[in-house]
Amino acid sequence: MKLSREEVEHVALLARLDLKEEEKERFRAQLSSILEYAEMLNRLDTNNVDPTYHVLPLQNVSRPDKARESLLREEVLRNAPERVAGYFKVPRIL
Amino acid sequence: MELFQLTAHELAEMLKKNEISAEEITRSVFERIHAVEDQVRAYVTVTEEAAYQKARGIDGEKREGKGAGPLAGIPAGLKDNFCTRGVRTTCSSRMLENFVPPYSATVVEKLAAAGAVFTGKLNMDEFAMGSSTETSAFFQTRNPWNLDCVPGGSSGGAAAAVAAGEAVYALGSDTGGSIRQPASFCGIVGLKPTYGLVSRFGLVAFASSLDQIGPLTKDVRDCALVLNAIAGHDPLDSTSVPGPVPDYTSYLASDIKGVKVGVPREFFGEGLDPGVKEVVQAAVNQLAQLGAVVEECSFPHAEYALPCYYIIAPAEASSNLARYDGVRYGFRATPEKGGNYDLLEMYMRTRSEGFGPEVKRRIMLGTYALSSGYYDAYYLKALKLRTLIKQDFNRLFDQFDVVVSPTSPTPPFRFGEKAGNPLVMYLSDVYTIPVNLAGIPALSLPCGFVEGLPVGLQIMAPAFGEGTLLKVAHAFEQSKPYHLARPRLKGEAAEKGLAHAREMSRGGK
Repeated sequence: MKLSREEVEHVALLARLDLKEEEKERFRAQLSSILEYAEMLNRLDTNNVDPTYHVLPLQNVSRPDKARESLLREEVLRNAPERVAGYFKVPRIL
Repeated sequence: MELFQLTAHELAEMLKKNEISAEEITRSVFERIHAVEDQVRAYVTVTEEAAYQKARGIDGEKREGKGAGPLAGIPAGLKDNFCTRGVRTTCSSRMLENFVPPYSATVVEKLAAAGAVFTGKLNMDEFAMGSSTETSAFFQTRNPWNLDCVPGGSSGGAAAAVAAGEAVYALGSDTGGSIRQPASFCGIVGLKPTYGLVSRFGLVAFASSLDQIGPLTKDVRDCALVLNAIAGHDPLDSTSVPGPVPDYTSYLASDIKGVKVGVPREFFGEGLDPGVKEVVQAAVNQLAQLGAVVEECSFPHAEYALPCYYIIAPAEASSNLARYDGVRYGFRATPEKGGNYDLLEMYMRTRSEGFGPEVKRRIMLGTYALSSGYYDAYYLKALKLRTLIKQDFNRLFDQFDVVVSPTSPTPPFRFGEKAGNPLVMYLSDVYTIPVNLAGIPALSLPCGFVEGLPVGLQIMAPAFGEGTLLKVAHAFEQSKPYHLARPRLKGEAAEKGLAHAREMSRGGK
C-alpha cells in the first residue's frame, strides 16, 4: 500500500498532528513500507476465523455501585497547563 | 561482593540475621548510582531522600519486632511509566515531562506495602515505543556490558539499572517484548506474566490488550518473589483476573525430569544471528541434559505475528494517546509570539511538539489502520491473525509444558544501527511479540554470551503457567549460573563471576 501525500495529511488531521513538510514525506515513505509489509497478512484466508479482540474470557466485569472518594480537585488541577476558578482553561472557541 | 551486587533474597537473608540494615543496603545502591550513573544513564528521576526515609522506617519497624517480608528494605527501581504519587512520571516524553501523578499504580502500592525502597524512575523508550531506549526524549541509556551498545527497550533503563547494580530489581512493562528483550540484552531475568495476572491500574497505557507489568531481576528466585508481591486481582483494573495467587517460590526446583520442551523451528530460521543461535541451542541441549524431553515442533503462523502486532499495537496506541491534548495535564504548546490559537490548533501544535517521531509514527499508523475504509483490511485482519497465533500456541501447549526460543534474534546492537529504519528495529521483537498477542507468560533468562554480550533464552508457557516457567528457568540457572556474571564498568576489575561465565560459554564447566 503506497500512501499518497494527501492521505498522510488526512490521517495527520484525524490524529490531531500538525506535521512539518519533511515529516510528511518521511512518514509517507515509512508508513508505506510498514503497510506493505503488513500486506503479507492477506496471504491467508481468514474468512472463517473469528477475531480476537481480547485474550481473556472475562465478561461484564462490574463492581458494586457504591460511592467512594475521588481525587481532590486541587490535586487533579495541579497538573493542568492552565486553570481558572477550579476549571481547566482552554482557548476560546466562540 | 558489595551489597549492591547481591540479589533481593540474599539481602533479605542478611537483613533477617541482622548482619546489615536496610539503610546500609540503600546507601550501597545510591553510592553505586553516584559512581556509575554517568556511564549507564538509567535514571530519569532519582528519589534518594524518600528512599533513605523508607529504609530507616523499615529498620525501625524491625527493631520493634514487626515482621518484614522478603522485599522489605530492598531498593527497587520503577520504569517511568508507572504512576507514582508525588513523583514525576514522564514516560520519557516531553509530553509528560512535568507530570506529577496524584495517585500511585497498584503495583507501586503493592511493592510499597511489601516494604520496597524505591530508588527512582527509570528511562525508557518514549511511551514504551521502541526496542533500544533510543526514542527516549531525554537521553540514551547505555548497556552496562558495552557502553557503545543499546540496553534494549523499552524497559532499557530498568534492565540496565539492575545489571549495573543501580537497583536490586526493577519493574518494567511489556507490550511486545519490552521486559524480555532488554533483560536479554543486559544479562538478567525478565518476566512478562499472563495478561490479567498483574493489575495495570496506574500504568500509562500503550496498547491495552497487550501491556503487562513484570519484574526484571538478577535471578529466578528474585523474579518469583517480586511476582508474589505484584500478582493478584485488583478491582481497579477490569481486565485483572480474580483467583488465588500461589507462592511462586514453591515452584523453584532443580529437577525438570520429564518436562516436555517444544522448540519451534520457525524461531531458529532466517534472521537469527549465528552466535545467538549457537548459544541458545547449547541452552536447549542443557535442558535435555537436565532430564527435559526436548522436541522440535512447528509454529506455523510465526511469521505473521510481527505484521499483526504492528497493526494492533499502534491502533490501540492511537486511541490511548488521544488523551494527550494539552488540557488536563502534560505539555501544552504556546501560541506563536504575540498571537492566539483556537482549540484545534492548540491540540495539533501540542501533540506535534510534545510527541517524538516514533510515537507520531505509531499514532499515524494506528489512526490509518482504524480509519474508515481500512478497518477491515488491516485491523480486523490482524485480529483474525491474532486468533490463529493463539491457536498455534494452544496446539503447542497440548503437547508441551513449555516452548523455548531465543529472546532476541541478535545480541545487543550499537546505537544508531537500527534507529533509521523502523522495520528493521521492529524485527528485534520478532520472537517476543507472539506471546503478547496470545496473552501467555514468558520469561527471558541469561543463557550465555556472544563476544562478551549477553544472550537470553525465552521460555513460554500456557496462560497462568508462571510456576512452570520459574521451575524450568531455575533448574537451568542452577546448572549454568550465567546470572552470576556482572558487567565491568569503567574503572572496575573483572568480576570472578564474569570470568566463570565466559569460561562456561566456551563449553567448559
